[in-house]
Amino acid sequence: MARMRVRLTFPSALIQEPIVYRLVKDFDIVINIRRADVKADHGWMVLELEGDEGVLERGVRWLKDRGVQVDPIERDVIVP
Amino acid sequence: MEKLNGLRCRECGRHYPAAPVHVCEFCFGPLEVDYRYDALRGVVTRESIAAGPPSMWRYKDLLPIDGDIAVGHHVGFTPLIRARNLADELGCREVWVKNDSVCHPSWSFKDRVVAVAVTKALEFGFDTVACASTGNLANSVAAHAAEGRLKSYIFIPADLEQGKVIATLVYSPTLVAVHGTYDEVNRLCSEIADKYRWAFVNVNFRPYYSEGSKSYGFEIIEQLGWRTPAHIIVPCAGGSLITKIWKAIKELTLLGLIEGQRGTKMHAAQALGCGPIVTMIKNDTDVLVPVRPNTIAKSLAIGNPADGYYAYKVTKESGGSGEHATDEEIVEGMLLLARTEGIFTETAGGVTVAAAKKLIERGVIPRDESIVICITGNGLKTPDALQDRLDAHVKINPSLSAFDRALADLKSQTP
Repeated sequence: MARMRVRLTFPSALIQEPIVYRLVKDFDIVINIRRADVKADHGWMVLELEGDEGVLERGVRWLKDRGVQVDPIERDVIVP
Repeated sequence: MEKLNGLRCRECGRHYPAAPVHVCEFCFGPLEVDYRYDALRGVVTRESIAAGPPSMWRYKDLLPIDGDIAVGHHVGFTPLIRARNLADELGCREVWVKNDSVCHPSWSFKDRVVAVAVTKALEFGFDTVACASTGNLANSVAAHAAEGRLKSYIFIPADLEQGKVIATLVYSPTLVAVHGTYDEVNRLCSEIADKYRWAFVNVNFRPYYSEGSKSYGFEIIEQLGWRTPAHIIVPCAGGSLITKIWKAIKELTLLGLIEGQRGTKMHAAQALGCGPIVTMIKNDTDVLVPVRPNTIAKSLAIGNPADGYYAYKVTKESGGSGEHATDEEIVEGMLLLARTEGIFTETAGGVTVAAAKKLIERGVIPRDESIVICITGNGLKTPDALQDRLDAHVKINPSLSAFDRALADLKSQTP
């Protein structure tokens, strides 16, 4: 099993969609939400994902395809 | 003197021993160095600081370094210039420029944070330092690693222009060019930092690294004669610098070193093409909406800044504000500073000057109050930003008569 710590940022268009539920249900990824702030028009979530490595990759790709921004928890690792 | 309590989570407040860690294991919040101010009070004085070296290390007691300074002995203590010509142009009484475009050794304020991170890495026994960077940070890490005889790995996006890597390659680091999008490179570097036991200066050493920025704030206060200015305008990329200047002011206040107790308003400056922090300030919301950078201010181009929320909080707590600058205004800002004060700053400096000008024109910053403009990098590294804007005015054949005619023409054009 692999682990990944990520920060998800949800644009307004996705706030009403059960994105995290789908991540768990469709990809069989175990999630552990550590911190989050979800408002009516915007939201973010810091969480740990656990699952097979290939599954985590596919899950992250699916999130990105849906329009969720997926960053490492440090966010700006590349500095100008 | 035992000056550190260790590290503390900025979100949930949990304490951790001083170690090369950067994230709270419970809430994944960022960790910050926690000092024992009671032990420092009366020990750190204006006199003890003045007796220190003419570098950022005169504030060593307020930095997270336990032993001797290992690298970057000459970093900091850069000029704070009374910018009278610029003040005239802006119609203001008192303008200062804190000029880190001449910071030793790699010409940006990043030398401050890297000197602390690399010194701390040696304290912890690391033999390799690393970073992911497209510019100033890479230059500085490679330079300090060379001085400290450490191995260094610098990660860059593969499409970075060759010209930008020369000022890093010259120090002989291992430069790793990664193919992929910004997001992919960013995530890979986070995974590498997690996997390898290296001192990744802005990842696992971030709590120590970021403390180096405080010295920029300490110097402003000391160089003003232990006074606080009414306004400080700070360029924001990741958002850390503005929070650390604010922390520096708070620490000096706590230690009783500041003359009077006038409040300083902190103002954030960003490019319009990458200004998520200033957007938060303008909309008065603590929600940061990430952006895709599209600006000539490459050295500020962070679309999802980790310290954005904290930067916003500092401007709010201090009663400050924020302002965006368009690419055109950035260039004008660079030219204005060069024309009035003889300082060639990078685009980030153009952002700060432009934002200051706009805040003054809007009446947010009163013209009769003291203003410090933060200049954090050198224009000689990225002259391409001005390439299309500057041209030789007079071109002549090699004869005295040709010059006489050209001079006469020039004089006739000049009012």
